Amino acid sequence: MAPSLQNMPGPYFGDFGGRFMPEALIAALDELDAAYNTAKNDPAFIAELQALHRDYSGRPSIITEVPRFARHAGGVRVFLKREDLNHTGSHKINNVLGQALLTKLVGKKRVIAETGAGQHGVATATAAALFDLDCVVYMGEEDTKRQALNVARMRLLGAEVILVTTGSRTLKDAINEALRDWVTNVDTTNYVFGTAAGPHPFPAMVRDFQRIIGVEARQQMLDSVGRLPDVVAACVGGGSNAIGIFDAFVDDTSTRLVGFEAGGDGIETGRHASTISGGEPGVLHGAKSYLLQDEDGQTVESHSISAGLDYPGVGPQHAFLHSIGRAEYRSITDAQAMDALRLLSRTEGIIPAIESAHALAGALHLGREAAEAGRPDEIILVNLSGRGDKDVATAARWFDLVDADADLTEGGA
Amino acid sequence: MVSSVEKRLDELSADGRAALIGYLPVGFPDVATSVDAVNTLIDAGVDIIELGVPYSDPVMDGPMIAAAVQSALESGARLTDVFDVVKQVSGRGVPILVMTYYNPVFHYGVERFAADLAAAGGAGLITPDLTPDSAHEWIEAADRHGLDKVFLVAPSSTDQRVEMTAKASRGFVYAASTMGVTGERVTVSDAARELVHRTRERGAQHVCVGLGVSTPEQAAAVGTYADGVIVGSAFVRPLVGTEPLSERLAALRTVASAMANSIAGSRSKDNL
Repeated sequence: MAPSLQNMPGPYFGDFGGRFMPEALIAALDELDAAYNTAKNDPAFIAELQALHRDYSGRPSIITEVPRFARHAGGVRVFLKREDLNHTGSHKINNVLGQALLTKLVGKKRVIAETGAGQHGVATATAAALFDLDCVVYMGEEDTKRQALNVARMRLLGAEVILVTTGSRTLKDAINEALRDWVTNVDTTNYVFGTAAGPHPFPAMVRDFQRIIGVEARQQMLDSVGRLPDVVAACVGGGSNAIGIFDAFVDDTSTRLVGFEAGGDGIETGRHASTISGGEPGVLHGAKSYLLQDEDGQTVESHSISAGLDYPGVGPQHAFLHSIGRAEYRSITDAQAMDALRLLSRTEGIIPAIESAHALAGALHLGREAAEAGRPDEIILVNLSGRGDKDVATAARWFDLVDADADLTEGGA
Repeated sequence: MVSSVEKRLDELSADGRAALIGYLPVGFPDVATSVDAVNTLIDAGVDIIELGVPYSDPVMDGPMIAAAVQSALESGARLTDVFDVVKQVSGRGVPILVMTYYNPVFHYGVERFAADLAAAGGAGLITPDLTPDSAHEWIEAADRHGLDKVFLVAPSSTDQRVEMTAKASRGFVYAASTMGVTGERVTVSDAARELVHRTRERGAQHVCVGLGVSTPEQAAAVGTYADGVIVGSAFVRPLVGTEPLSERLAALRTVASAMANSIAGSRSKDNL
C-alpha cells in the first residue's frame, strides 16, 4: 500500500516548499510552527476551534446537488460544497479562525494580512474584531479598485486597509508589503497568511485549517449518495480551498482531483494566472513551487478577472501533487468562468464568486468529457469556495446588465 | 583559497579601521551609469562593493532601494548586465560582492550562476532571503568556485542560528542592525553592537553591520565595533532625481567621501 499523502507535514512536499526567508523572520516562523504543533494536538484548542466553526461561521457547510446546472455538464451529477454559505462568504474564515486563535496563544496583539479579492482581508478583519486584535490589511491598489466593497467591509470591521502602490499593485505586492511590515514588527505582530503557500509552516498549517472542507464533504457524499465522487474540482490561485478539499480525498485513488487555474485571456496570450499550467519551478514568497517568471527569474504579472486567483505563484503542495500526477491542473479563461457564473445563477439561483466559477466551468468540461467517454453516471464534487456578492459590479459590467444611466460605482452593487 | 573580502577586512583591521561597504543596484538609473556610480564609490574610498541584482519582489528592501530596482527593471536591466558590470569594475583591487534574492540565481541555475560570477571576477554573494539551512545547493557551488557566502543574522536570531550562520559564512557575516528592511534611519539601534558581539562569540571572524546606516556619524560609530559598515540607501539617494547625471555622481562622491573619512578616523579617536 502506498504511503498516505494526507496531512503531509512539510516543510518539503517532494522537491517543493521549504523556507526561503530573511533570517530576521525565521525565529517568528519557528515560534509559529512550535505553537501550531502544540495546538493541533491540544484538545482545548481543537474544541475551541470546533465551537467557533459551529457557533460563529456556521459549519458544517452543506452540500447541494445542482441538477439543472448539471444538464449543461453532459448530464453527470454535480454537487457543490457550499463554502459560500460560511460567515463572511467564503472558505477563508476557516483558516483565519485557526490563525487568530494561534495569535492569542503566542501572545501577540496585532495581526497583518494580505488580500487579493478582499475575502481573506475581510475574514481576517472579522476574526480580529472577534478576538480584539489590531488588524492591518495590505491590498494592492488595483485590487482595491476591483473590490471596493470589500475595502469598505474591512474598514467597517475596524481594520486599517493599506493600499499597496509598489510593483504590479496586486496580491503579490501586498504580500511583499506585509512581509516588510512583519520583519519590522514581528515582536508584536502575527502574519495571518491567507493561502496554502509561503514559507513553512504556512502551507501545511493553512491546509490543515482548510482540511475540514474535504473531511465534511467526503462524509456528506458517502451519506447522501453512498459513494465517493469520481472527481473533485476546485479553483486554484494560491490554492487553499483546493488543498482543503483535496486532502481528505488524496488517498482515494479512484477519485480524480482537478484544480482549475485562472486562464485570463488564455494561456497562449501570456495574460493569465495559470501558474502550474503555464509557469516554471521557482522561489517566491518563501517557498519553492511553480511561478510565472521571465527568463531572468523576475516574477511576471498575472492576469485574471478574478482578483482572488490573480497571483503568479501557487502553493507548494499543488506543485507536488502535479509532479507525482496525483492531481491535474487545467486552465479556465475569464470568459469561460463568467459564463459558468451566469449559468449557475440562472439554473440554480446561486451566484458564485468569480474564483469559484472557474471550478464550475471546469466541471462543465469534465462532465461533457465523461459523457462523451461513456461515463454519464459520474459524480463531480465542486468546491464552491465563495459567494459572488462582491463580484456583482464586475458581472454587471461584463454582461452589460445595468441601464445606461444607472450609477454603478465600483464594487458598490 | 583566501577570500579577497576577508583579506581586505584583515588589512583594514591591521590599519585600525573598519571597512566601508557600499551598495548600489545594477542598472540604476541605467546600466552604464551604475558602472560610473560604482567607480565613483571606489574613487571616494569605499573598500568593498555590494552590487545589487534588480529583482521584482525585493521584500527586504525599503522604499528607496525598492523603487530604484523597480526603475532599473523598467529601464531594461537584465541579469546578464550584472555579470558585465562585475567584469567592468572588478579590476580595481576592490572586492565585488553581489547581493541577490534567490530566485534569479535558482532560475539561472545555481552552478551556472556561481561559475559565471567567478569568471566575471565577483567575490561572492550576499543572500537576503536564503539562510544556510536552505542553501545547500548554493553552498556547494560557492565552495567549488571559491566564492564568498555572506549570510545574515538578525537581532531575533537564536544563538544556535547565529552559530550555524557564522560557520556557513565566508567573507563576513552580515548583521542586520535592526528588525526591518533597508532604509535610512535616524539612529542605529543598540541591538547592532550586541548582535556583532554575539556573532563573534559564536565563531564569526568578520562581522559587518547593515540596515539604516545613513550618516557619517552613524558609520563612524558602527565602525568602532564592526569589521565593516554597509551603506545602501544613503548611496542610492543621490542618484535619484532629474539633475544631470554628472551632478548626481558628484553628489554621490561627496556622500561617499564623507562616509569614508568618517570611518577612517573613527577608531583612532575612540579605540586606539
